Amino acid sequence: MEKVRRNKIAIVLFLLPAVILFAVIIVLPILMSSYYSLLDWDGITKGSFVGIKNYIELFTSKSAGFPKTLRNAMLLAVLSTFIQLPISLFFAIVLARGIKGEKVFVSIFFIPVLISTTVIGQLWLKIYNPDYGLINAGLRNLGLDSWTRVWLGDQKTALYAVFIPILWQYVGYHMLLMYAGVKSISPQLAEAARIDGASEWGVSRYITIPLLRPILRISVIFAVTGSFKAFDLIYVLTNGGPAHASEVPSTLMVSMIFGRNRYGFGSAIAILIISLCFFFAVVLRKLISSKEVE
Amino acid sequence: MKSTVRKNKARSSAGKKVLMVILILWAGIQLFPLYWMLTFSLKDNSEIFGENIIGLPKNWIWENYTTALTKGNVGRYFLNSIIVTGCTILLTTIIAMMATYALTRMLWKGRKTMNNLFMLGLTIPIHAAILPVFIILRELGMTNSYQALIIPYAGFALAMAIMISSSFMEAIPKELEEAACIDGCSVYGIFGRIILPLMKPALSTIAIFVFLQAWNELMFATIFISDSKYRTLTVGIQTLSGSYTTNWGPIGAALAIATFPTLLVYCFMSSKIQESLVMGAIKG
Repeated sequence: MEKVRRNKIAIVLFLLPAVILFAVIIVLPILMSSYYSLLDWDGITKGSFVGIKNYIELFTSKSAGFPKTLRNAMLLAVLSTFIQLPISLFFAIVLARGIKGEKVFVSIFFIPVLISTTVIGQLWLKIYNPDYGLINAGLRNLGLDSWTRVWLGDQKTALYAVFIPILWQYVGYHMLLMYAGVKSISPQLAEAARIDGASEWGVSRYITIPLLRPILRISVIFAVTGSFKAFDLIYVLTNGGPAHASEVPSTLMVSMIFGRNRYGFGSAIAILIISLCFFFAVVLRKLISSKEVE
Repeated sequence: MKSTVRKNKARSSAGKKVLMVILILWAGIQLFPLYWMLTFSLKDNSEIFGENIIGLPKNWIWENYTTALTKGNVGRYFLNSIIVTGCTILLTTIIAMMATYALTRMLWKGRKTMNNLFMLGLTIPIHAAILPVFIILRELGMTNSYQALIIPYAGFALAMAIMISSSFMEAIPKELEEAACIDGCSVYGIFGRIILPLMKPALSTIAIFVFLQAWNELMFATIFISDSKYRTLTVGIQTLSGSYTTNWGPIGAALAIATFPTLLVYCFMSSKIQESLVMGAIKG
């Protein structure tokens, strides 16, 4: 058996397809993107090497508008962490404690997560439609005509209007993770605390939530890195408009590369998106686990 | 003493009722857009645009569905999505299981490093690759084909698939392979006849992940495919909504058609899907 397990030819044959696929689709592209990000290149002519000029332009150029996309992504990260996750946590704890219809509610809350973001985007386009959409029609029926807006076309409201469906769609995802987490905590702990006279709120605050920390960490990391990667819903709803009001790094990257043929500049955005996701994943992991030691 | 217990009980049952109301309200918030989508997919414009915005349709206009499927080309897009998603699932599973066997069962130097390298793929967003992959595909003359989507999707699903199959494969007892080896089975025989049949539970978990990714993906599908012959549902819906801006019924029908397979699968295996996604998130 030992000899069979060391069969070099078999090892190579088993690994080869995965290695080739991984190299061509993931490793090579990252190297290529890093290199492109140092070029001034339109994709047609031969590019010229410009060093870190693209990166400098990213952070200094007003017209390219990259800092604004970072601010928007950060706002989304903050809203996800402090609005979406608490909602998810609330439902996770309520449902995991056991209530009539527990399984049904879990399944219902999870449905939006499964549906294509394109479908959700199109649906919310209709919900926000200024003439016939649900929101404006509802406001008119309530006699609040003055509140009606072109939600996605108004620079003041577009960003928040785009964020709402994103937050709405993924509440169920985090809820499910936390629900599974709460379920895995031994019920005796909570029971003992209740016998000692702890209120439901006290049990959550001092037992469930601290023990849930590893899951909460995963949720925060997903929420934050997800905010820096967000693309689909924003692309469908506004494509970053009006006048870049709802632009995020990914939509800017796609429009720079495929809209304006700025291959080098777009690649610099791509590299920054990966670096930021990586950075936040590592920092949040450190930050949240160190608290646990206390 | 007794009275306080009773009071507490009364309070907690009132609390339960409040919680129930909140839960039902939230379920409404989560489901209402979908309900609205299904109803307007069966209405005509006069109902959608004023007479009957949120009620059930008065006349059930099934023609919206035939319009979407034939004139709107949704039938074609649907088929393309099935082909792309199906092939991605197949390709990812085979490649991942082969690699996992070498990574978990074979003995060689550097397999830990190799495994870590693959796991790095879990954190890489697809944005990083879009331009290089586009250029590679263009150089190979492969844009506007099913492969243009299947291969990149498989590449990005690979890390997750290897991770999932590792955890399943580690649970298979080594004695089984040893017995087969004594009976004179080659390493390929052991993999094909002993391991693969035992990996069926991993298959459904991987399939769920890959299905959700590939069926719903938009960014690659928009950029790599310009020929409507190969267009998948997500991009097809985008095109359709551009050409039917004032006729919502067929768009609603297209959205419903795109959502239907997901909901159908979810009805039959909701707990398996929930389990898989939790497992993927926590291990990743």
